[in-house]
Amino acid sequence: MAILGALNPMLSVGLDGDKAWRLADYVKRGGYSALRRVLEQKIPQSEVINEVKKSVLRGRGGAGFPTGLKWSFMPRSFPGDKYVVCNSDEGEPGTFKDRDILRYNPHSVIEGMAIAGYAMGAARGYNYIHGEIWELYERFEEALDEARAAGFIGSDLLGSGVSFELFAHHGYGAYICGEETALLESIEGKKGQPRFKPPFPASFGLYGKPTTINNTETFASIPYIMNLGGEAYLEAGKPNNGGTKLFSVSGHVNRPGNYEIPLGTPFATLLEMAGGMRGGRKLKACIPGGSSAPVVPAATMMNATMDYDGISKAGSMLGSGAVIVMDETTCMVKALERLSFFYYEESCGQCTPCREGTSWLYKVVHRIENGQGRPGDLDLLESVTTNIMGRTICALGDAASMPVQSFIKHYRDEFAYHIEHKKCLVPVDVQRAGSSFFTATV
Amino acid sequence: MEIEIDGKIAQVPDGSTIMDAAQQIGAYIPHFCYHKKLSIAANCRMCLVQVEKAPKPLPACATPVTNGMKVFTHSELAVKAQKGVMEFLLINHPLDCPICDQGGECQLQDLAVGYGGSASRFQEDKRVVFHKDVGPLISMQEMARCIHCTRCVRFGQEIAGVMELGMANRNMHSEITTFVGRSVDSELSGNMIDLCPVGALTSRPFRYSARSWELSRRRSISPHDSIGANLTVQVKNNVVMRVLPRDNEDVNECWISDKERFSYEALNSSARLAKPMIRVDGALREVDWNVALDYVSHALKDVISNSGEASLAALASPQSTLEELYLLQKLTHGLGSGNVDFRPRRRDFSSDGKLAGIPWLGLKLSEIKNLDAALVVGSFLRKDHPLFAQRLRQLAKKGGKVSLLSSSGDDSLINLHAQLTVSPADLPLALAAVVKAAAQLKNEAAPAGLDSIDPCATSQAIARSLLDGEQRAVFLGNAAEQHPQAAQLHVLAIELARLTGATCGFIGEAANSVGGHIAKALPTALNAYEMFAQPRKAYILLGVEPELDCYDPQQALAALKEAAVVVMLTPFGDGMAPDYADVLLPITPFTETSGSFVNTEGRIQSFTGVVRPFGDARPGWKVLRVLGNLLALAGFDQNSSEQVRDEMVPAGSPFVAGLDNRISGVPLSLSLMAPAGELQRIADVPIYFADPLARHAPALQKTRDAVAPTARMNAATLARLAVTDGAPVRLRQGNGEAVLTARADETVPAGCVRVAAAHVTTAALGEMFGAINVERA
Amino acid sequence: MLTSESLKRIDREIAKYPVDQKQSAVMAALAIAQEQQGWLSSEAIEAVANYLGMAPVAAYEVATFYNMYDLKPVGKYKVSVCTNLPCMLSGGVDAGEYLQKKLGIGYNETTADGLITLKEGECMGACGDAPVMIVNNRRMCSWMNPEQIDKLLAELK
Ligand SMILES: Cc1cc2nc3c(=O)[nH]c(=O)nc-3n(C[C@H](O)[C@H](O)[C@H](O)COP(=O)(O)O)c2cc1C
Ligand code: SF4
Ligand code: FES
Repeated sequence: MAILGALNPMLSVGLDGDKAWRLADYVKRGGYSALRRVLEQKIPQSEVINEVKKSVLRGRGGAGFPTGLKWSFMPRSFPGDKYVVCNSDEGEPGTFKDRDILRYNPHSVIEGMAIAGYAMGAARGYNYIHGEIWELYERFEEALDEARAAGFIGSDLLGSGVSFELFAHHGYGAYICGEETALLESIEGKKGQPRFKPPFPASFGLYGKPTTINNTETFASIPYIMNLGGEAYLEAGKPNNGGTKLFSVSGHVNRPGNYEIPLGTPFATLLEMAGGMRGGRKLKACIPGGSSAPVVPAATMMNATMDYDGISKAGSMLGSGAVIVMDETTCMVKALERLSFFYYEESCGQCTPCREGTSWLYKVVHRIENGQGRPGDLDLLESVTTNIMGRTICALGDAASMPVQSFIKHYRDEFAYHIEHKKCLVPVDVQRAGSSFFTATV
Repeated sequence: MEIEIDGKIAQVPDGSTIMDAAQQIGAYIPHFCYHKKLSIAANCRMCLVQVEKAPKPLPACATPVTNGMKVFTHSELAVKAQKGVMEFLLINHPLDCPICDQGGECQLQDLAVGYGGSASRFQEDKRVVFHKDVGPLISMQEMARCIHCTRCVRFGQEIAGVMELGMANRNMHSEITTFVGRSVDSELSGNMIDLCPVGALTSRPFRYSARSWELSRRRSISPHDSIGANLTVQVKNNVVMRVLPRDNEDVNECWISDKERFSYEALNSSARLAKPMIRVDGALREVDWNVALDYVSHALKDVISNSGEASLAALASPQSTLEELYLLQKLTHGLGSGNVDFRPRRRDFSSDGKLAGIPWLGLKLSEIKNLDAALVVGSFLRKDHPLFAQRLRQLAKKGGKVSLLSSSGDDSLINLHAQLTVSPADLPLALAAVVKAAAQLKNEAAPAGLDSIDPCATSQAIARSLLDGEQRAVFLGNAAEQHPQAAQLHVLAIELARLTGATCGFIGEAANSVGGHIAKALPTALNAYEMFAQPRKAYILLGVEPELDCYDPQQALAALKEAAVVVMLTPFGDGMAPDYADVLLPITPFTETSGSFVNTEGRIQSFTGVVRPFGDARPGWKVLRVLGNLLALAGFDQNSSEQVRDEMVPAGSPFVAGLDNRISGVPLSLSLMAPAGELQRIADVPIYFADPLARHAPALQKTRDAVAPTARMNAATLARLAVTDGAPVRLRQGNGEAVLTARADETVPAGCVRVAAAHVTTAALGEMFGAINVERA
Repeated sequence: MLTSESLKRIDREIAKYPVDQKQSAVMAALAIAQEQQGWLSSEAIEAVANYLGMAPVAAYEVATFYNMYDLKPVGKYKVSVCTNLPCMLSGGVDAGEYLQKKLGIGYNETTADGLITLKEGECMGACGDAPVMIVNNRRMCSWMNPEQIDKLLAELK
């Protein structure tokens, strides 16, 4: 599967599936020209950071924090090492964009990180790659060898005297390592348990040194920003939402996959690009930003535009840009049960509200789904989520709570029906049909 | 920084947390994972408080104070958050308080009263956690009680210096455990029991033996090493049930070693001597006190009248109280003999009479944290002095340069700056090399006699570390004081201190290593070694078991067996005593008598008995006083141990006077002790064999530190003797021998055999650091 | 315990990190040890810990935290099926059930011949290819409808 479609693309321009990921192909596409220019013209670090600020590139990992601003938090003059870390631990259910970037365009990430290293005076970097996509961990190491051989990473880049060493570190099955400080702990060879902040990574990061962490797609966008210029990149999107973004569309659509579209594109357009609803069925709900984002009912979703502000107006979060599409065959209780199991399973177990709360949530939703719901359960669930949210070390607590709150908010009747009738509104055979497991052809 | 907490203003230094500020003004914020001595984990979330302008409640333990911050610990938002966390902590916590050992002293129980809801909204099955067997001291039988505060884990990493417990798995299946099937072996492990806020980690010996509210708490002082840890002894029906640390930041902080925590079991041991015994035609028979004491006074008088005063010798344990030591030397001198000593493990006495004052640590324990560098000479550090080693560990953590020069390569669990492990014979030379290096670095002439020495890189590194920084210290450990050339080591250490501007000090072996000097329990004639080398007719033994506590047990035993009269004042009647003792007088251990210990920094710590004496046992000072009367000696009319003490130190003075480590009149003469080719013995005094109390404590005797001694040698030495690891070997010293298992141990210096002292299996052997012969058995 | 081959690979990982940060290589080292052994015995965990100079229980914490490590023996092939929501919507759960029927085992069970162990996995970051499954932590299989699964099973011998 290549990136299936795009409108005014940048990241996916000239990609050709598995055939064009190597250095030579990337250079042919104009790759590494940005890094070369930065190094040869000795563009001041502050200017690079300014360019990124102007682009209003917002972090593609989920939090949507302005990247240029984040870079400016790194201490200018710091004795000793500084680090740049790429977050390729893509584990947020529904998200699979970084995988395609690493697969078809790994050098864009390497170039982006090298530029970031230059801009923040960091001479060392790591890319933390989701353990489940092992082939791409190996491919990235190959790409690193290519880049090292060509002098794009290593010491004295292109004879500029600047050096940037970059290595790949693989995860091994822990969603929480996507959280930036858990990721740092993991690189340090410990359990992936998030750190309490402050101090933030910019002052106390990897090995206690100043560190900046960005998402794969964020880094991959940097070369394009440097080539186009910040303004042009911003204009490709809409005010306060610069550039294009990859959206991972999954669920009940005809052509699940990644689509690169300018921020601000209507959801309807994206849905069309994805081939529309599977079997022509009706859209029921959509989770627009990865499993942690609140679910949005069909009507609201159809009028929403795909950008940070647009989606938050629709009552959710753009998050990682993972669009999970659900049609009328979906049982919302079963859907929530699976998500709740996920957060319960993936809690690092460190802090009390998350460790105890996520398991409590799951156990109750599980009961409801299995016909053992009790009258008070929905209020109980809501009150447990309020006891979790905002009281945990990292945002997993919130991530586990928001689905519960939003599912109950928008589909309360369906949950009530489950509790009362000990079964689902949507007949089981209808649900089965939805998956099209036995009918799908590839 | 100024911060307002519930309306009260606090001034705190930059970098303080809300919790620090709250503690300073005495505002209580509920917490579990926070502990003043451990790193911040912020995982229990019990300390959530409201901070002005913050949308979410923040954890007080981890949130740094900002100037003008306003904090509310009891606002609706704060209390709601705290109650929410408490509910989460309780949903999976068993409701077994009625049978839980922690009941009555459980932080979770206490807080649940204030913050817990009444009925549980949690209708699901509770978490099941399997129990673990981690050794004889800590019980991990009910781990479902664990609230995952990770205090125990952080204690291991940060205080004990070894991570033995970890939190395995993740999510709600996280559980505290050792590495598959391992036991917890740290000599400080018991502190984890105190740290555990719930009943997950409990004391195995104490388990189910009493409820906390049935226990009365009494103050006491540790009778073991020279630190003088402050204790709370807990008593039920006149029986010591448990021993806990009593906070004293200047001495033991909030810790005690496992020896101090668990040796109380010996107090209730079946080996306790209940009645006086005297030898009647060959066998020891129980008699009444008056009979026994009458017998003793006559026996002593007879010996003296037949063989002269000099035929009497008295030896005391350095763990005896100040008052006992004082009256013993008074009695001995009163009877005209100068043969009295309290240093049974000493070999070299050439510094006696050459000391400017009483040897001591040279500084206050609380000053260790301010040192820039420290060198320890001749010590088994954490097994000799667990809490002293702990302070050095913290020092090294915050950048202090700690070096170790000794005959033991054991892992000190301290991040050492430099380490030299040499044979006992080479120890003085190695220290001399550091002295020489220091002299060279300062372009000063090295003291005469060191010309031939040229310092290795490590000695130079040590010397350099002692030269820079404000405060530095050179500490002489137990092995340095027991060393056959102890005085040479002393002179060299003083010289090193002079050259570098460091302080020179002695860590001190036992609870009264300083006190013995105050009590003047020192020889004016034969010392602890000579009194056996030149056998006497009569011996008085106070709290010592010579076959285990003397530098040369073989020699001591021989002398005792030949003696006409051996009077033994001891709490225990077992061991080899029946072989040589003619009179056994049951005296009380520290929990059943009043008395004083003077710790290594010169701190006088007096204590009172916490339980009634066992059987007919009596406080040693009283027994000696009555003996003095029976022998019609002057100055034995004290009516209380306080009166005895006041004869030595002015009442009310917290520290003793006259402490001074300088030495003069001992010429440097460095000679190799053992002729080349001969094997040297390195004798450690294993932590749980070091004194009679520890030796009689069952749980301690089941630990890994209490396994029977082996003969440890490095591979080269083994090869030279054609012995393989695990094979039996016959060890010979003088005309005594022992058969032990040979063990390969690369930390043992070449040409040396490490054979522990203080154990029955090695009691037949001779000098701790003498020549030894080893062959296949 | 660890073959020289494994140690060579571990050294290569250690080289990625600052000299005083050997422990950073523990995840890779454990993965390598598991490849060598087919699973992670406590002996292997301890060997890794000693090689990297960390406390065995610290390595054990890591081995038990990340769920791609197998602390119990598994079949020659470990098949992990993603059943998370996005995959579920496109047949992930059905695929799991289909496999269970075909193999006659449930999740976390191994076929009698010791060939295949079945696991329920979490999101593998490939939801667009749903249903997805991973064989032995290494090979990702996409669009696993009945025919594809039959093909895979025929191949795993
Ligand atoms: C539970 C949790 C999981 C996360 N998972 C990911 C992830 O898989 N990939 C990612 O890039 N960011 C993830 N994040 C966000 C990161 O913490 C961090 O904000 C991000 O990597 C910063 O990069 P960006 O500014 O470029 O978005 C996660 C955050 C949380 C709380
Ligand atoms: S055992 Fe005790 S100290 Fe350790 S984590 Fe559990 S509750 Fe905390
Ligand atoms: S596990 Fe992350 S908030 Fe607790």
